Amino acid sequence: MKDPNSLPKDPMMAELVKMARRQQLTRRTALAGAAGTVTALGLAACAPASEPGGTASEAPTAAVDVSDTEKVLTWDNWTEYMDLSDDETSRPTLERFEVQSGIKVEYLETYLDNDEYFAIVKDQLALGQDIGVDVICPTEWMAARYVSNGYAQKLDAANIPNKANLAPAYLGASYDPNRDFTMPYQGILGGIAYNKQLYKELTGKDSPETVEDLWADELNGRVVVLSEMRDTVGVIALSEGIDISSESSFNEDAYMNIIDRVEGLYADGKIRNIEGNEYTKGFRNGDYVAGIVWSGDVVQMNFSKRTKDMFGFFLPESGGTISSDVFTVPIGATHKKNVEQLINYYYDPVNAAELAKWVNYITPVAGAYEEAVKLDPALAENNLIFPSADFLTRTHAFRALNSQEEQTFSTAWQRILLGA
Amino acid sequence: MAQVATRAPRSAAGQPKKSRIVLLLLLPGMIYLGLFFITPFASLITTSLQAPVLGGGIGQYQPGLEFGNYGFVVNEYMEQIVRSFVYATIATLLALAFSYPIAYFIGVRARKHPVLQGLMLTLVIAPFFISFLLRTFAWKELFGQDSWISNLLRDSAILAQDQYLLGTPIVVIFGLTYNFIPFMTLPLYTNLERLDTSLLEAGSDLYAKPTSTFWKVTFPLSLPGITSGTLLTFIPIAGDYVTASRSFLGSPNTAMLGNVIESNYLRIQDYPSASALSVMLMAAIVVLVSIYIRRTGTEDLL
Repeated sequence: MKDPNSLPKDPMMAELVKMARRQQLTRRTALAGAAGTVTALGLAACAPASEPGGTASEAPTAAVDVSDTEKVLTWDNWTEYMDLSDDETSRPTLERFEVQSGIKVEYLETYLDNDEYFAIVKDQLALGQDIGVDVICPTEWMAARYVSNGYAQKLDAANIPNKANLAPAYLGASYDPNRDFTMPYQGILGGIAYNKQLYKELTGKDSPETVEDLWADELNGRVVVLSEMRDTVGVIALSEGIDISSESSFNEDAYMNIIDRVEGLYADGKIRNIEGNEYTKGFRNGDYVAGIVWSGDVVQMNFSKRTKDMFGFFLPESGGTISSDVFTVPIGATHKKNVEQLINYYYDPVNAAELAKWVNYITPVAGAYEEAVKLDPALAENNLIFPSADFLTRTHAFRALNSQEEQTFSTAWQRILLGA
Repeated sequence: MAQVATRAPRSAAGQPKKSRIVLLLLLPGMIYLGLFFITPFASLITTSLQAPVLGGGIGQYQPGLEFGNYGFVVNEYMEQIVRSFVYATIATLLALAFSYPIAYFIGVRARKHPVLQGLMLTLVIAPFFISFLLRTFAWKELFGQDSWISNLLRDSAILAQDQYLLGTPIVVIFGLTYNFIPFMTLPLYTNLERLDTSLLEAGSDLYAKPTSTFWKVTFPLSLPGITSGTLLTFIPIAGDYVTASRSFLGSPNTAMLGNVIESNYLRIQDYPSASALSVMLMAAIVVLVSIYIRRTGTEDLL
């Protein structure tokens, strides 16, 4: 008794059916072997093109929230980004949230790479489909892409009273100035790390002081930089006196000059390799003596038994980069209200302090420092977890890029990574 | 005789029916090929001809007939394209040089000792049981700055004090060779295992030196094994994107075609360029392989 003109529930199927109707495909042509395949391909080829370019008419709409009836949520996060009990079998803060809220959290650690994750889910998001995950924590620049494409759901501030605890430094991002769509999970510092003993052996000095010190002849072939463009280019640009937060100072010419600089440094063997998160391996086994890296990794390497306190980290006088990974609710997620409760929970200073103590990144929650002093005074004095105001003045955020710039900037950066 | 006689007319009558059954049996295979080979391949070709959306954001393309994409990628990535095929050729030849004696020993010399034969085959295949990624990571550790291999090479003055192994073409080619050696050894072994040793005896009876027996008898007879072995190694090596990547044994200086495709597809989201490169890689391999098979005279393999 179904209406023959009704569309299937699944949005992808519905889209296909609509297209097929538009082209008035008869069964015969659809089945005509090669022709049928080509038509199907035509449809497949159309899919990426119909991706909304930020235009409101095409943007997918948020899914219906079923949080009131389904007390569950799925969180896909980066690895080693959640506190673990000493025996590493449970996650204390997360379990406490489950008990307090009655919401069962399925915690996944399959968010390994901003670009890759986006490439996997973007077609589903363009159709407004549920990707099976209610909250992810992309890095700011990627979150900006989710928000501007309409792939992120607007958060309801009324459900997050602890939003008041957000440190003011995290407000004012150009893609989401009032944090209506995203909330910072952890802040990330990009600066310079060095192996204390090897650096002394090679250069005779205790520690590097400026970015220029990395390019000393004694360190040839022993310096690594991040493959994350915004941190490497950011730190080097800052050392050349460019304000990376300003559009006028950090224009395309300035950017390309830095690209040339990095290319030259690589060609001269000053930069040995350009790596993602795997660079810690090279630091641990002594391949790299110094480099431009993320602070949290250095704290963690210094905690681990084999490399206890082997490394130093500092922000050069010229400045380091600051960014953050932000809670983002994908457009098709059906448990937004549950996620808002989760965010609210982690914005309670007590919980934030406990989390920061374990993950070693910067907490965006004001008041967490005071709680950390009670928990572990020594840790609270660690500038890399609870940076002092003075320390923070040396951090700069990489400015937002428009989509044209994003294309040219990242293409230029990828060319270096491919040795072109 | 009677049986043959009664059979003949029946099979003649059953011919059309039989071919229908054959078609029916072929159907799942054809559907499979259509769905999982033809469809993605055609989709790859259409994607490779897409044009960017004017004023669109990163990764936004529309259907088009932009044949210039091919010229663009050739210009842009010539270095990596050439490098891929050079690395693949060297690694394949090295794999052949390592595998032939191993396969010969297992397949011919160890024939009288089945236990030894089984044991050695296990040794060749055993690395397969450990993930390819883990093995490559292990080599990364072994080639590190402070590893015993690096130290040994430095102490014996083969490597200068400020030189290093990781990220150099030598280590990348080593990694490629190592990872694909079993694909070379196994086909060679199955071929040499069937080698008729009485032919070798005949060779020596006719006063041929061992080397000429090898080149005149053993080698030509093992050509089908060599051909399938080189194809099984060369093709995946040319498209490999793990060993040469910056996260494993390589550096920007060793980027191969697979790395370029990965970067274009996932990082820059330049789908047309990535697809154009993939199509070219496939085409280049098909051309190279058909020339190769013609020259080695083993068309019957196909």
